[in-house]
Amino acid sequence: MTQATSKRALLDVRDLKTYFTIGKTGLFQAKSQLKAVDGVSFEVREGEVLSLVGESGCGKSTVGRTLTQLERATGGRADFDGQDILAMSPRAFRPLRRQIQMIFQDPFASLNPRRSIEQTLAEPLFIHKLARNWAEARSKIVETLEQVGMDPKVMQRYPHEFSGGQRQRIGIARVMILKPRLVIADEAVSALDVSIQAQVLNLLKKLQQDNGLSMLFISHDLGVVRHISDRVAVMYKGRIVEMGDKSQIFENPQHDYTRRLLASIPRIAQKAA
Amino acid sequence: MALLEVRDLEVGVAIGGKVLPVVQGISFDVEENQTLGIVGESGCGKSLTSLAIMGLLEGSMLRLTGGSISFNGQDLLALSPRARRAIMGDQMAMIFQEPMTSLNPVYRIGDQIIESLRQHRSMSQRQARARAIELLDLVRIPDPERRVDSYPHQLSGGQRQRVMIAMALACGPKLLIADEPTTALDVTVQKEVLDLMLDLQKRTGTAIILISHDLGVISETCDKVVVMYRGKIVESAKTATLFSNMSHPYTQGLLASIPVVDHDVEWLNAIPGRVPLIDEVLPGCAFHPRCSFAQASCATSPPSADYVSDDHLVRCHFPNDRPSGGEAGGDA
Repeated sequence: MTQATSKRALLDVRDLKTYFTIGKTGLFQAKSQLKAVDGVSFEVREGEVLSLVGESGCGKSTVGRTLTQLERATGGRADFDGQDILAMSPRAFRPLRRQIQMIFQDPFASLNPRRSIEQTLAEPLFIHKLARNWAEARSKIVETLEQVGMDPKVMQRYPHEFSGGQRQRIGIARVMILKPRLVIADEAVSALDVSIQAQVLNLLKKLQQDNGLSMLFISHDLGVVRHISDRVAVMYKGRIVEMGDKSQIFENPQHDYTRRLLASIPRIAQKAA
Repeated sequence: MALLEVRDLEVGVAIGGKVLPVVQGISFDVEENQTLGIVGESGCGKSLTSLAIMGLLEGSMLRLTGGSISFNGQDLLALSPRARRAIMGDQMAMIFQEPMTSLNPVYRIGDQIIESLRQHRSMSQRQARARAIELLDLVRIPDPERRVDSYPHQLSGGQRQRVMIAMALACGPKLLIADEPTTALDVTVQKEVLDLMLDLQKRTGTAIILISHDLGVISETCDKVVVMYRGKIVESAKTATLFSNMSHPYTQGLLASIPVVDHDVEWLNAIPGRVPLIDEVLPGCAFHPRCSFAQASCATSPPSADYVSDDHLVRCHFPNDRPSGGEAGGDA
């Protein structure tokens, strides 16, 4: 978490655009375009956490989904380790999927309820040929579960047997088991209660530091963002309105929208009696 | 006499022929013109407490198993369902967390406000419509004469929550219960909605119960705070007292868990472990498995709720007997 400025960019996004065609709003109106992401440029450097922060509908999640090819980019480029991933065919992109992994918000919806934790964690290992047999897979699963603070004995259990916080740990284990280079975390702790959120945030930060991960951390929660980021980009209506080191954004915000966002957060202070 | 007096409220859930207690021994008062905050994590019983007060537990696995609720001098539990329904939506109203699911998608928003007015006030359709427009204007919906004919899907999340507030305020309730009213909203909209509620309170003197998991929201809006853990009040006090003199390890842990925006912290002081399940039997203090100050007696005997000073109630065996600067244990 030191001197991220001197490090080289792992992901370099230039003028990214993702437009959606939306249906007619009236009988005589033409189909219109929703410019969800409209010319966004940033880089995520080796071993740093860049946060994308903004309110619902600002396009921050669409950026993450476009970079993992869950949405199609309308324009721009995104160089990962020197290769433009937006120009790749899905087949060509597949080997890179191991290196670019995503953690989602909803730990209830993102685990298959009919697969045990062992099956859930083994599948990506076999797909990406990181394990040749079950014995190899199992030893990696044990190691990863320990890494995310879970007892490896839970392997035989199913998602419904776990609380929200534990499910999110499993979600993180599924990502970490692939030893990715870039993790895109989309509101990864937003659905959790504050005491559990703190546990999972500490875990994410520790894994990031221990493994020198690069992370694109997408969140609406400025407190969480301050805790985990090295640099912050503030998005508003599909564009980045301000980007800088964490201290600059939080101590000396320049853009009106950033200031308004910071001023809106309820502070723990006593109400005048 | 306070407007609302809740005494020893108990709610149970019927599972497999047994009734397990999920809310126990809840007592508090809410005065006119006052905002009471109820704070706690999911599953601590804060929403069940509000549903019990509103009389909305019937028809589910949940039931009121004990206690009394007195509103405006009347014993609510002694009233016939019909008499109680006349109070609901009129003198007592509720705002729910998710404005999209609590508004009917196939009716115009104006008609949904008018329904309550026609039900409780013998207004003509024309009078009720005029009042609905007034209410939409009051909650700062732009262009209310046109918006009154909008459907819920044509409004933004913040606007829908304002419509919910307008519906709740339609009959000028004495008590408004807001269950996580801003949790689904963006921070800038959250601030507008909370300011609006407090502004309306100033003008009408409505008592508010604000349920939230967010200590920031609670500290900025409430006069008194009740902290719940696993169905019981673990600490309650005036807001100023609570935030200057937090005494329960759970309340302290909740505060320490919040990543703050105003300065940097390397590691958050997370509360270890998790909230116990409802069928887990804990003979002592329900928080002791997660508490870094727990002693042997905490596991065996349940603490009683005692006043440590005027109006400051704490349910802990060792409320003042801990090393200073008490924090919940760290977790990495």
